[in-house]
Amino acid sequence: MSAAEAATAEETNERRPTTGETVRRIVQGDLSSVRVVLGLVVIAVIFQVQEDRFLSAENLTNLMLQITTIGLISVGVVYVLLLGEIDLSVGAVSGLSAAVMAVLSVNHGWNAYLAIAAAVLCGAAIGCLQGSLFSRFVVPSFVVTLAGLLAWEGALLQVLGKTGSLNINDPKITGLANIFYSDTVGWIFAAVIIGAYGAALAVGYRRRVAAGLGDTNAISQIVRFVLLAAIVIAAVAILNSDRGVPLAVMILLAFVVGMEYVAKQTTFGRHVFAVGGNAEAARRAGIHVNRVRIAVFTIAGTMAAIGGVMAASRLFAVNQNSGGNELLLLAIAGPVIAGTSLFGGRGSVWTALLGALVIGSISNGMDLLSLSSAVKLMVTGGVLLLAVLVDAVARQQRQTSGRV
Amino acid sequence: MADGAPLLELEGVSKRFGPVQALDRVDFAVHAREVIGLVGDNGAGKSTLVKAIAGIHSPDEGTIRFEGEEVRIKGPQDATELGIATVYQDLALCDNLDVVANLFLGREQVSAGPGQVSRQLDEVKMEHETADLLSNLAVTIPSLRSEVGTLSGGQRQQVAVARSLLGDPKVVLLDEPTAALGVPQTKQVLELIRRLRERDLGVVVISHNLADVFAVADRVFVLRLGRAAGEFKAEETTEEHVVGAITGLGDNGERNQHGEEGEKS
Repeated sequence: MSAAEAATAEETNERRPTTGETVRRIVQGDLSSVRVVLGLVVIAVIFQVQEDRFLSAENLTNLMLQITTIGLISVGVVYVLLLGEIDLSVGAVSGLSAAVMAVLSVNHGWNAYLAIAAAVLCGAAIGCLQGSLFSRFVVPSFVVTLAGLLAWEGALLQVLGKTGSLNINDPKITGLANIFYSDTVGWIFAAVIIGAYGAALAVGYRRRVAAGLGDTNAISQIVRFVLLAAIVIAAVAILNSDRGVPLAVMILLAFVVGMEYVAKQTTFGRHVFAVGGNAEAARRAGIHVNRVRIAVFTIAGTMAAIGGVMAASRLFAVNQNSGGNELLLLAIAGPVIAGTSLFGGRGSVWTALLGALVIGSISNGMDLLSLSSAVKLMVTGGVLLLAVLVDAVARQQRQTSGRV
Repeated sequence: MADGAPLLELEGVSKRFGPVQALDRVDFAVHAREVIGLVGDNGAGKSTLVKAIAGIHSPDEGTIRFEGEEVRIKGPQDATELGIATVYQDLALCDNLDVVANLFLGREQVSAGPGQVSRQLDEVKMEHETADLLSNLAVTIPSLRSEVGTLSGGQRQQVAVARSLLGDPKVVLLDEPTAALGVPQTKQVLELIRRLRERDLGVVVISHNLADVFAVADRVFVLRLGRAAGEFKAEETTEEHVVGAITGLGDNGERNQHGEEGEKS
């Protein structure tokens, strides 16, 4: 072992956090996912005490179906937040894209898959347009997408025409949110996820050891694997005891995992983080900052369209309210609640899923308790405010401890 | 001064920003294995000169030659491809990324695989190379996976300098590398600059601090109001002479400049 390797190994050992440090990291938001999971447990306990249907298999399955749209839109929002920008148009884009799909499928008799592809392309094109305007003219993304919010809502009304609502009956579209798989398929699904995760961990670990990077954290890898396996098995068991694993959940998970891979493991994702952290440094490192920005807004538009398609599928219809109401704010609030920073450069795609779970649980629980939407909105607003405050405090603490 | 043809040579370079003549027909040369201290008052054009070389601002007039060939540097990418690396005072690093990610920013290593977008970052390889490079430069960072924002000013500056070496440059430009550093950290960075020279690089150090300049530089190049105002061999001059050239007070600067020019022709 060379001196360099010895030094690295030593550093690796030093890097193992103490208990106190772990607590500090949870408080400061580095381990915000742990914080959110604790929050979810608290929410679950509160609602379960009030109403014992909350943790029933049927309600948990409903919860998963309810969060699909918000979760998918949030995946795109996470990318925008990582840049330190905001996209206020995602709700309207999801509604418009769904309307495009509905009109093509119902009025023009297009093949379902072509109609869905057209909707997704529509979302991507809108995102690309907004991203280009934002980066070319250096207008705040807030303003560009606010204009988009209004314009695309108008476009939604225009596309839907006089009736203002279209019922979708093509089973290929409605199936997206209404197909449930048999128990066997559910377990195969679980086995594939667990196997793939285990393989990825093992390969990464062996490569690090082979390269002499001396990562001695085998135990933490095993803990992570066991945790994930337990969560997946529990989730599939619960879903199977009701109607089975829904296709919608698989779609949501596939996008979360895929986009998390892009964010954390690819050059493009690295550049997104770099631009969000320090755009000027990224530019001087030779990154095409504007291309990254346009790509990110295109992703946001695309994910919004996919979310819109799922929403239409679940409702069997597109109407003037599609993509409206509080969908936009919840899709942005979710990742922020779950720990993606509004200030850019910090976060993960998992927060789209976790945040949607938090928001979905609160909304679902309050529905079970038959609370009015007045109360629901106020509670959700309070949770969002709390999350943003935690984010801001974490940021201040990072700054005072010399970490900008 | 190093012998032979200069690595990088600027001739008659001018740059205007509206009514401001930031650079006025400046001639400037960097040789391999030498450290040049680029000094001057605020607004003298030091940063503009460095930015012209680094491709941030293209000069309005003048020619730039790299290894004897005339080149046009239109963007940071052009400069990097030629082998000119720049380390900026404060805009160099992304605080939210770790040391490895910062070092390889813009030139990430990816594993083999299909497609450009879907290829996985080769974190293991990058971390390995980072460890090698930093230990070669005798830079000590507690953990390569800690966010750069958590490092001290000296460590950050050393990471920024180390990063500039990854593209195997021939010329390294350092903008105020010791500004805002404490005494021991300044010493580390100056030590690092000496090691760059030992690697046969041409190094340009912009600094306000003449003591730091005299500690590492072979030559001192003075800019005043956008014009070359003197060029000194560090071992043959004194701080007073250089200060005279920077401020334009006292005739020391002028005389030395003439002396230098006489020596050249």
